[in-house]
Amino acid sequence: MIHALGAGLLFGVGLWLSGMANPQKVLDFLDITGNWDPSLLLVMGGAVAVTAAFFRPLIRLKRIDFREGIDAQLVVGAALFGIGWGIGGYCHGPAITALSNLSAEAFVFVAAMVAGGLVARIWPSPAQGR
Amino acid sequence: MANFTPVASLIGGVLIGLASVWLLAANGRIAGISGILHGLFAQPPGDRFWRLLFILGLVAAGFGWHAFVAPAAAREGFGLGWAAVAGLLVGFGTRVGGGCTSGHGVCGLGRFSLRSLVAVIIFMATGMAATYLVRHVL
Repeated sequence: MIHALGAGLLFGVGLWLSGMANPQKVLDFLDITGNWDPSLLLVMGGAVAVTAAFFRPLIRLKRIDFREGIDAQLVVGAALFGIGWGIGGYCHGPAITALSNLSAEAFVFVAAMVAGGLVARIWPSPAQGR
Repeated sequence: MANFTPVASLIGGVLIGLASVWLLAANGRIAGISGILHGLFAQPPGDRFWRLLFILGLVAAGFGWHAFVAPAAAREGFGLGWAAVAGLLVGFGTRVGGGCTSGHGVCGLGRFSLRSLVAVIIFMATGMAATYLVRHVL
């Protein structure tokens, strides 16, 4: 259980160091027609370089099953998520760690995010937790 | 590109990747933060403890960062109505789509999942479109 706390801490430090915990920087990345900041490509590149090296053997070892295939749920869900991300500059991890700013926007965003997830539960064929 | 921070962003990304590998290796869990958060509200309640600890770690990292590295800085001029709308879309969309930037992005791409690649391309595209509309049109 101490591992979950440690992994959360390390993940959070990565979010702050990389700049992802700053929604303005996220929006500067998404705003390709503005003063574009490509930093987030390196965040994703650095993270995926590590997971690409270790994930497949670990997943085999742990015998984890994943849903595969592309369906309407995936397309609609990802599209809506992107719109919310593009409006606020927050996705889950950055919003949660940004609660430490003690700013009203982070609390409102996280509360709304939880509510949105609960609404998805009563959606037809709800998505399973990942 | 005056705001480009390649070194810090690359190292931060590597830390995020290492944290995801750590959680998978130690707990057998995928570090998709939308799934971790919303699993807290699952019925019947099951494995809440590790989820809570991971989220506590995330929040503690922020407090630590503000204490030792840079003070907390809230952004100006972002309306709470927008924050609510954005949060609802992020929470709803990730649960319907089965993942977020970490679940489909960091973890899904790391296992070479086509499903996750499609999700990442879609949310990047709609994210760029939404940012364009909010910053340059509205």
